[in-house]
Amino acid sequence: MVSLGKPSTRRLIEELKSVVGDEYVIHRDEDLLVFEYDGSVDKALPTAVVLPADTNEVVSVTKLAATYSIPITARGAGTGLSGGAIANHGGIVLALTRMTRIIQIDAENMTAIVEPGVVNIDLSTATAPYGLYYPPDPSSQKVCTLGGNVAENSGGPHCLAYGVTTNYVLGLEVVLANGSVQWFGETTREVGGYDLRGIMVGSEGTLGIVTKIAVRLVKIPEVVRTLLAVFNNVEDASLAVSDIIAAGIVPAALEMMDKLCIRAAEASVPAGYPQDAGAILLVEVDGLSEVTDEQVADIIHVCNKHSPIEIRTASDNIEREKLWAGRKGVIGALGRLAPNYYLVDGTVPRTRIMDTLKGVEKISKDYELPIGNLLHAGDGNLHPLILFDERKPGDTQKALEAGGKILELCIQAGGVLSGEHGIGMEKQEYMPLMFTDDDMTSMAKLKLAFETNDILNPGKIFPTGSSHVAIPQTGAISRTGPDAFI
Amino acid sequence: MIQKSLNKDTLSLFSGPDAPLEDDMYKCVHCGFCLQVCPTYLETGLETESPRGRIALMKAVNENRITLNPGVYRHWDLCIQCRACEVACPSGVPYGNLIQATMSQVNKYRKPSLLSKILAHVFLNTILPSQRVLSILTLSLRMYQQSGIQWLARKSGLLKFVGLADLESSSPRVSRSSFKTQDRMIPAQGKPRAKVGLVSGCVMPLIHAEQMNSMVKILTHNGCDVEITTGQACCGAIHSHVGELERSRELARINIDIFEARNLDAVISASAGCGTLMKEYGHLLREDQSYADRAERFSQKVKDIHEFLVDLPFVPPTHQVDKRVTYQDSCHLANSQRITDAPRILLRAIPGLDLVELPSSNICCGAGGTYSITERDFSQRVLDSKMESIASTEAAIVATANPGCIIQLEYGTSRTGSNTKILYVTDLLYMGYGFKADM
Repeated sequence: MVSLGKPSTRRLIEELKSVVGDEYVIHRDEDLLVFEYDGSVDKALPTAVVLPADTNEVVSVTKLAATYSIPITARGAGTGLSGGAIANHGGIVLALTRMTRIIQIDAENMTAIVEPGVVNIDLSTATAPYGLYYPPDPSSQKVCTLGGNVAENSGGPHCLAYGVTTNYVLGLEVVLANGSVQWFGETTREVGGYDLRGIMVGSEGTLGIVTKIAVRLVKIPEVVRTLLAVFNNVEDASLAVSDIIAAGIVPAALEMMDKLCIRAAEASVPAGYPQDAGAILLVEVDGLSEVTDEQVADIIHVCNKHSPIEIRTASDNIEREKLWAGRKGVIGALGRLAPNYYLVDGTVPRTRIMDTLKGVEKISKDYELPIGNLLHAGDGNLHPLILFDERKPGDTQKALEAGGKILELCIQAGGVLSGEHGIGMEKQEYMPLMFTDDDMTSMAKLKLAFETNDILNPGKIFPTGSSHVAIPQTGAISRTGPDAFI
Repeated sequence: MIQKSLNKDTLSLFSGPDAPLEDDMYKCVHCGFCLQVCPTYLETGLETESPRGRIALMKAVNENRITLNPGVYRHWDLCIQCRACEVACPSGVPYGNLIQATMSQVNKYRKPSLLSKILAHVFLNTILPSQRVLSILTLSLRMYQQSGIQWLARKSGLLKFVGLADLESSSPRVSRSSFKTQDRMIPAQGKPRAKVGLVSGCVMPLIHAEQMNSMVKILTHNGCDVEITTGQACCGAIHSHVGELERSRELARINIDIFEARNLDAVISASAGCGTLMKEYGHLLREDQSYADRAERFSQKVKDIHEFLVDLPFVPPTHQVDKRVTYQDSCHLANSQRITDAPRILLRAIPGLDLVELPSSNICCGAGGTYSITERDFSQRVLDSKMESIASTEAAIVATANPGCIIQLEYGTSRTGSNTKILYVTDLLYMGYGFKADM
């Protein structure tokens, strides 16, 4: 935790106000409180929150942070699920929600340049009249910002066929720790030399502050077909997933939900998921109509081998949107069952989904915490949601420990720590499960190549503990101090 | 000062039967899905002016991490209470209940002089100099007078302070025609299909008398015996809005008594705001032993006029209305009552009418009961954004479903010098039935 002392803090606040204006510097204790969280479990209070209007203001704020030697943490809509936007060392939170301009849409070259505060879906809405859209679609796409997507290299249900954020970022304008402004990459095509653009994507605000994003757009598909396949249990559904991919079909999306998630989702939006189902698959294919017809038939054929209760195809766009509304709202919908969730983002090879889910079930029993399972099943990205109540003493700790066990399970199954949510402060202690000392040192050297003062989002990604085994007891909670909120 | 603990031994600053429920607060899992439908967040980009932020502050007060002070309740005051967040919320946080309960707590702590100071400032500097706004204010005062909200104004010492006591007694009539609020029954045309009571409200008969008469005619045309009853009180929505829940309950009891005696098939509200609260009388009076059940039964009978007509089903309109029309969802209809289809169904049924969707029609226009007066600057910021999206539709008419929205949008057209007409959905239906060629 960085402490400036009162006179310095007051001076800093005044200087920040002179950069962005009074209304856009937040520094009162009560107001800072609403910037202590994002969509995840962790919390920490910043010293001040600043909302810049443009790149120049970001430069000025970054220079001030350097002068005062205090951390600067970029934040979008605060929907992240790994604590990336939380100022766990205090300092300035740079909220980019005022930088919402779509600067350019180049329909011919199918590209766009946007500011980081543009909401994901707003870009697709703006490009729709040109028959174009931006494919990465996190479930929070109606609220999350593209800047946040770049920072976390976000995915979404449709990343199975389309790829994640990095596959769509052509170039970035970045403010570095010393206040210099650089372009990495290009605006129209990929270039030679080191892929610095690629290094920036997913760097969680630890290497620079992204102030402009050039993205690639794609044509809106001619036909989209959505299927709901209902199964008795997750085993049947998992086998169907493996078989669909093994049959050489690459659906645009292939999502799985278990009983607990189905119940919560259906209570939130009547999407039409059968309440008594053990698991459902939501499968989407898109493209030319002849091809999709064939794919739909193939998928139904494969699903039929695994004793489905029901297979339904959305007859129109309204029904399709309803099916997706249930899926996209399911994480928040779990608030109906418990006041808190801890979403674990581990990813395993598709063939290991079934036994990993069995392991998750055992962990749920061991820790006496309900766990719902939501999966980007097509690419093996698990989203076990551990339900708990932060008001119950010890519950948060239990949830975090259970999450750690799940991550260990994923790594043992040959998987990875994060599919799409980033490491942040949520999974940093688990990095040694995947990476060797040499790996971590290489990454540290890369960070040092960008900045040496550790001002940009410090205390993220790299583990804080010295031990290289999972150490949940020194995880997110204790790291924020004994007097931390959770 | 912020205390970073969850110490439940110390007494929470929220207390009493109207305290916001902890279980409601903790339904919020801070996913942030509410942000992009919140008009104050959209205007500012500030988490402090978002539903998630406002709930975080409620939790913080509940957990004794912060005190109730003006810096905190400023953020709750700025909430328009449009409840769009409730629709966007996957975990089902009953935000409307939370904010109203919270405001009732704030009222206990707020220094009385502060409210009157703010109000007086706005009244003196913004409202009085404007002839147009003055007329709205006068009507609001008349509404206060008729409904009994006046004690609120008196409590704040406002009437005397700004010399409005005289105005109060001579409030001008705005509507060209009048709507008679005394007891009467207007019989159905043809065979009666239903016996309904009409909520005459407080503002509507004053400023929208002509439109109310049209609604009666529409209802009788659709085979309804329409009962108008003397002695109805204001529904109490404005009181609930500012957290004066006890007063709201008094008014609810009056209305329940009045309508219950009539043995009606339905109680029709043409104002989305009134309809919403009346549908929530059951919740409002849940602790009142002698009224709880009756309130619940009453609430079941309350129907929004559009909802009622579509369910009836309505007699198809036959007259051409060749107009390009867009529809602005009234927040209390769309977000609180979850009625979005019925008004559109009625509009689409009108021959010749070209209904174009308004982008972000689910975002509030900034009216919000007394919000347009108490939070004038913010209300106008929200309104200006709304007028921009209205202009983008190139519609000649904006239809909506609530008197507050009509007043606010009309003010918007005068601010922007727009020729767009603002009408009730029922005004257009009235034309569709051939009762009038134009409005």
